Amino acid sequence: MSGVTYARFELLRTLRNRQALVFTVIFPVIMYFLLAAPNKDNHNFGGDAKHPTGLFAPQYYMVGLLAFGAMVAVLSSGARIAAERTIGWNRQLRLTPLSTAGYLRTKLLTGYLMAVSTIVLLYVSGIMLGVRLPFGNWLDMTALVLLALIPFAALGVAMGHLLNDDSAGAALGIGASLFAFLGGTWFPITGSGLFVQFCQLLPSYWLVQAGHVGLGAGANPWGAKGWLVLAAWSVVTVAFAMWAFQRDTHKA
Amino acid sequence: MTTNIATHALAGIRIAGLIKSFTTPQGPVHAVRGVDISISPGETVALLGPNGAGKSTTIDMLLGLLPPDAGSVSLFGLSPANAIAAGAVGGMLQVGGVIQYLSVRELITMVASLYPQPLGVDEVIQLTGITDLAGRSTTKLSGGQAQRLRFAIALVGNPDLLVLDEPTVALDVEARRDFWTTMRRFTDLGKTVIFATHYLEEADAYADRIILMAHGKIVADGPATEIKATVGLRTIRATLPGADPDVLRALPGVTNAEIRGEGIILNCSNSDRALRALLAASPDARDIEVRGAGLEEAFLQLTGDTGTGEEAVR
Repeated sequence: MSGVTYARFELLRTLRNRQALVFTVIFPVIMYFLLAAPNKDNHNFGGDAKHPTGLFAPQYYMVGLLAFGAMVAVLSSGARIAAERTIGWNRQLRLTPLSTAGYLRTKLLTGYLMAVSTIVLLYVSGIMLGVRLPFGNWLDMTALVLLALIPFAALGVAMGHLLNDDSAGAALGIGASLFAFLGGTWFPITGSGLFVQFCQLLPSYWLVQAGHVGLGAGANPWGAKGWLVLAAWSVVTVAFAMWAFQRDTHKA
Repeated sequence: MTTNIATHALAGIRIAGLIKSFTTPQGPVHAVRGVDISISPGETVALLGPNGAGKSTTIDMLLGLLPPDAGSVSLFGLSPANAIAAGAVGGMLQVGGVIQYLSVRELITMVASLYPQPLGVDEVIQLTGITDLAGRSTTKLSGGQAQRLRFAIALVGNPDLLVLDEPTVALDVEARRDFWTTMRRFTDLGKTVIFATHYLEEADAYADRIILMAHGKIVADGPATEIKATVGLRTIRATLPGADPDVLRALPGVTNAEIRGEGIILNCSNSDRALRALLAASPDARDIEVRGAGLEEAFLQLTGDTGTGEEAVR
């Protein structure tokens, strides 16, 4: 009984899904070069002479787009459960010794592996455009980003068990875009207005901030507030995912 | 023969007092209304009944996919969940697509890897006659080919119990015959097989035993020959004004008789004998028609209801 073989084929399936691959891996990389390359000498991104931000544009976009790609990767892996439920494959799997927990683990694992591929590709792209960081910063950033993905992985699983194939696709597209937009993937969210305060309550804001750990623009942006928001979202979304999972697997 | 769990004569399949109702906008539907079944290891059993008889609901509960309202299921002395976890169960469900982005061989290998003592992937591919398709994508299969792949998936774990819910429903006559030929090879290994069908001929040809279901209950359970004799394999219809049903019922080869206006309907265990006797007794019978009994008619006869008024079971 090797979960390894099962996981290997699941990964193979994910890699062969060109549409998903383009959306989660290729698209963020292309967007990165489109947005960052023209600004590759901008070391005061989003600021002016009076208000210097100290942000290096290629680094800023690297962080934003890896956050977006990684978020879509874990969300869509969970949402793919919906497709398999729609065709009745989950019922077929329930006749095999694969446990429902094992099934879920594999989906999360493939989602995270895809997220890591996106992250690594964007690191490489960033380095190509001149991003330089101390080695420790790369590690801190990666660890925080992977943690900040937890709420999205959980939301993906919940969608997978609550929605059908089509509506999961739509929810994924809209949800990912909104979270990315309000999280500061495309433009810096700075200041202290009501809008900014709202954005700071979103897990995607902190996913982007996780990537800003290495930006070196003054103080470390990830503080107690980040941990608090991330923990709250993680607890709520994981509970929600477990509820959706239980509800789905205990009915016909 | 290797088995996934130790089976012995006393620990076959036991279903006791199974009950299941569903709530629908039209009110409650009593899909399964007290079913008891006991099956010995190695038996091939057909669950026969018209659509809505409760076959699929019974099978879902047998496999632990649906919790019963009341009653119990034991597979080789284990709960369905534990028997499945031990790799003792293989199945082909009614609604069943196969996942994409894999070849036929890859999908079978993937499923095989989940079982403790699977059959060889090549062996199963050969057994189910899909050697030519092994490298093809699972999305590029015809209905019959997909059905064979699903059969391969059900077999590859080398299960002790194989459950098939209307396995041939999408197949043409030839594919259906091929399917059962393959099935025979598998049952020859000494496996227990339960299949649901609404084809009497199929149940008769391939099962050791037939369990007849109607309206969520078992209406007959026995060897195929016995069931055939009970339901009557053929019907004779004729025009015969003023016929006496009791006289008709007493004719040799007739299991039941019904009068409809000037017409008569005879359910026959032996239609040849019945027809000779009918013509001898009533030479003026005309418009005579002999044909294979529809299962629906057989059930009407067995359950004695008129087919109206009872709740529509999903």
